[in-house]
Order: sequence, then C-alpha cells, then structure tokens
Amino acid sequence: MLIGRPPDIPSSEITPERAYLDRRAFMAAAGVAAVAAAVPAVGRAVGAAVRRSPDDKPTSYDDITHYNNYYEFGTGKSDPARYAGQLVTTPWSIEVAGEVRKPGTYHLEDLLHGQTIEQRIYRHRCVEAWSMVIPWNGFSLRNWITRFEPTSRAKFVEFTTLLRPSQMPGQRDDVLPWPYVEGLRMDEAMHPLTMVVTGLYGRALPNQDGAPIRIHVPWKYGFKSGKAIVRIRFTETQPANTWHLSAPNEYGFYANVNPNVDHPRWSQARERRIGEFFRRPTLMFNGYADQVASLYAGLDLRANF
Amino acid sequence: MTRRTARRAAKAALFTACLVPLVVLVADGLGGRLGPNPIRAAELRTGIWALTLLVVTLGITPLRRLTGWNVLAGYRRMLGLCTFTYVTLHFLTWFGIDEFFALKYIGQDIAKRPYITVGFTAFLLLIPLAVTSNAAIVRRLGRRWQTLHSLVYVAALGGIVHFVWEVKADLTVPTRYALVLVALLLLRLVPLPGRRRAPAARRAAPAHGSAAVEPRAEPTPAL
Repeated sequence: MLIGRPPDIPSSEITPERAYLDRRAFMAAAGVAAVAAAVPAVGRAVGAAVRRSPDDKPTSYDDITHYNNYYEFGTGKSDPARYAGQLVTTPWSIEVAGEVRKPGTYHLEDLLHGQTIEQRIYRHRCVEAWSMVIPWNGFSLRNWITRFEPTSRAKFVEFTTLLRPSQMPGQRDDVLPWPYVEGLRMDEAMHPLTMVVTGLYGRALPNQDGAPIRIHVPWKYGFKSGKAIVRIRFTETQPANTWHLSAPNEYGFYANVNPNVDHPRWSQARERRIGEFFRRPTLMFNGYADQVASLYAGLDLRANF
Repeated sequence: MTRRTARRAAKAALFTACLVPLVVLVADGLGGRLGPNPIRAAELRTGIWALTLLVVTLGITPLRRLTGWNVLAGYRRMLGLCTFTYVTLHFLTWFGIDEFFALKYIGQDIAKRPYITVGFTAFLLLIPLAVTSNAAIVRRLGRRWQTLHSLVYVAALGGIVHFVWEVKADLTVPTRYALVLVALLLLRLVPLPGRRRAPAARRAAPAHGSAAVEPRAEPTPAL
C-alpha cells in the first residue's frame, strides 16, 4: 500500500528509522511515551505519518506477536509466542550458495552493515484467509542479492529456515518436511517490495516473528515469506517449497494473493483482518497489483497458483 | 437421600458440567480473552466441545455394557441434547458471526468446500434426532425411533471427517477423536462374555448387529 511503483520506492512513502526514532523521542519528551512500552504510541505516529488508506490501520504489536503460523514452534497460533523465547539467535550466519560469484558463510552483522533500515507498512495475507497490517523494519532483498553477484544462470532464489529441533519444538514432529524451504523467481526476489525484515514496530524482530532475519513478500500468501533464514541459494531450476511438497494440490510455488483462485478447501475471495468484525474483500496481489502484476503478464494464474 | 433424588442430583450436576464450556466461552469472549482472532477461537471451541460431548454420549452404551450400570442410560438423552446445542452453536458462530449471514458465500461454501459440505450435512442429520427426543415421540415411533437414531453414527463420522479435512497438516487432535469414535463403535459390536448375562429369550434367538445389545424394553434415546 505504501510503496510506489518499481523500480524505486518514493522516499515519501517510507519512514526512515531516524524519523520515527525522532518521533518517539519527541513523544517521550512530550510525556506520551511515559506509557510503559510506548509501542502503541509509536504505532500511531508511524501510522499517521505514512498510512494512506484509513482501511489499513496497523495491527497491534500484541496481535502481530501473538497470532501467527510458525510450525517450527508448534501448529497452534499462539505456539510461536509461547515457545520461541528459547531460540538463540546470536551469533547468526547465513550461507550463500549456488549460482553466485560470492558464495560463502556471512555473519549477519556483516550483511546488515551499511544497510539503511526503513519502516514499511505492509499488508500480510495468510493463505488461511486472515490478514494483518504490519509495520516492518528492514530493506529490499535486492540490496543483498546484488552484493552476492548472482551469475546469469541464477533464475531462482531458495531460502532455508533454521533446523534446530533442540530449540524449535515443532521440528520434533514431522508435520512438515524440515527444514522449511521457500523460493522466489529471480525477478520476484529482485522486486523492491520484497523485503529483508530485521524488526517490527521499530523494535528488534521478536523470535516468534522470524528473528533474527526473515523475508516478507507482501503480494504473496504468508507462507512464502521464510523466517529465521540460514541459507540463501541461487538456482537455475525452480526450487521446492515446503507447503507445496506437503500438499501439492493445495499450495503452489507462486502463491500470489488472488481472490479469484480459491484454495481447494476454502474461498480466497474475502479475508478477516485481525481486529475487525466483518470479513473484507481480498485484493488482487494483496493490493499491490500496480507494482507487481507486470511480473506475471502472460502467466496463467489459475494453473500457477 | 432416596435413589431417585440421587439420580436427579447427578443429572443436574452433569447438566451443569455440560454448560461449563459455554459459560467459560461467553465469559472469555466478554472479557477479551479469546485472543487476536476471537471468532475463529469461538468456532474452534464450540466445534471441539460438540465432538467431545458426542463422543461422551456415544460412550454411554459401551460403558453401560462394560459395567452393567444400566442407570447410565438415563443420562444419554440429556448428553445428546447438549451435544446438539454445541453443534448448533458451532454452526451459528460460523453462519451468523463469521460469515455474518452472507448467504451467497455461505451457499458457495456448503456446495464447494467438502469439509463444510460434510459438517453441514452432519448438523442437518442431527436435527431430526433432537426433534424426536421427547418421551412421547419416542413411544410413538417405537422401533422406528431406534432406526432413525442410528443416524447419530453417520453424523459422528461426518463430524470427524469435517475436522480432519479442515486442518492443514497437524492431524494429531482429529486422529484422537477418530480413534476414540472407532473404539466406541467396536465396543458395541464385540460381545462381552460373563460381564452381563443376556436374557434367556435373547440367547435363544440371537439378534443381529449392535441392536442386540440394547435392552428389550422401550427404546431409550441413543443421541
């Protein structure tokens, strides 16, 4: 919603970290942030500054951090908040592999060094027909990709989530084939909307939302956005993705939000925005059609769901 | 305390126990304790309690056979009606709150989503059972009542399938309910030698199927 047309994101639509930190400081001075966490206040300030549509009010920090799917910690919506605390996220390194000129294992701090952290308020649509509006902090994935120098054979990017059953109790059950893998076509990964997420509401990313580093692709169903990324691999052929492996007829590779193509077991025409009573209509490409529809020109979206 | 008062007190206690999940649900709803997606939470809770009470209700007859406590049969109708209450609440939460009477979408879902088709059918199957549960109708229907109420097994199966088809990957809980249901059905078919002697007349002319274990007397509500 807040992001302009590719390739560049108008700076007016992104709140740089400095700006909202300044706001927080200002409010603290004004005594508003005397309220313990100050998070709701920050949320309001950020919302007021960058929100475009009154329909897209950011979901509360509490709801974002207590209702999500992260099967590595259990299949219940509150399991991630309950069990993710035990995950140790420092030190963290990411392996870069495949069709790149600069493969290797990188320390996360080194990869974050020099990146400008932006605040971007994205719609998040789960394949289960609920949605949120999330003020993420982070930057475009393309910044990393160009740094790794993919070769001309790199047509896809695969993301692997941490495999650590000792700290991820959900991985002790084989509800899904572990580790969790997801993938994007190269042009999707290079799209400026595709984001590396480092934080939420101006705070460090909580473990249950994918700390220390996750991806967010706002025009795709949530399961495309891998959490706790430990490996980024560039491939010539389309990589596997976990939910597709688990139920190929229900979850495709593309998983673009599309109200006209139903999941076999439920309709995708509408969604429940967390915090709202009435279901609302789901938008094509989750409302980002202006920015991303051109990526899929000529592609049969029904066959490539 | 006479036997009759004791029975009445037990029944009242059981009825109160059946209401507890509903009271807790309403209290949690009013108190904002149903989490970020309260409507979904209410659907899950009413659904789970509907299945739980259904299993409890269907457990009465096998338990009576195992223990010989025929007094248990007196609680079956009430448990069945409580089950039906939770099934109805589950349906109404979906129909009236989640979908908010959006008949167009509700119709499409019933027609196109197998788990909803099956769940809705199971709900419809239970309606005639609830309607025919009062004593006068039971008497009037006689043998046919028994036949009609064997629909409860179809509905139970439908409820389990509805649950299994609804979940995405984690089948742990639905599997538990399915296993319990299958076990209860098997218990009805397996004869229990020595535990409870069948009347002589029955031994002479063995009846077929599960109906054989039902007492000769007036049919009691199975739901």
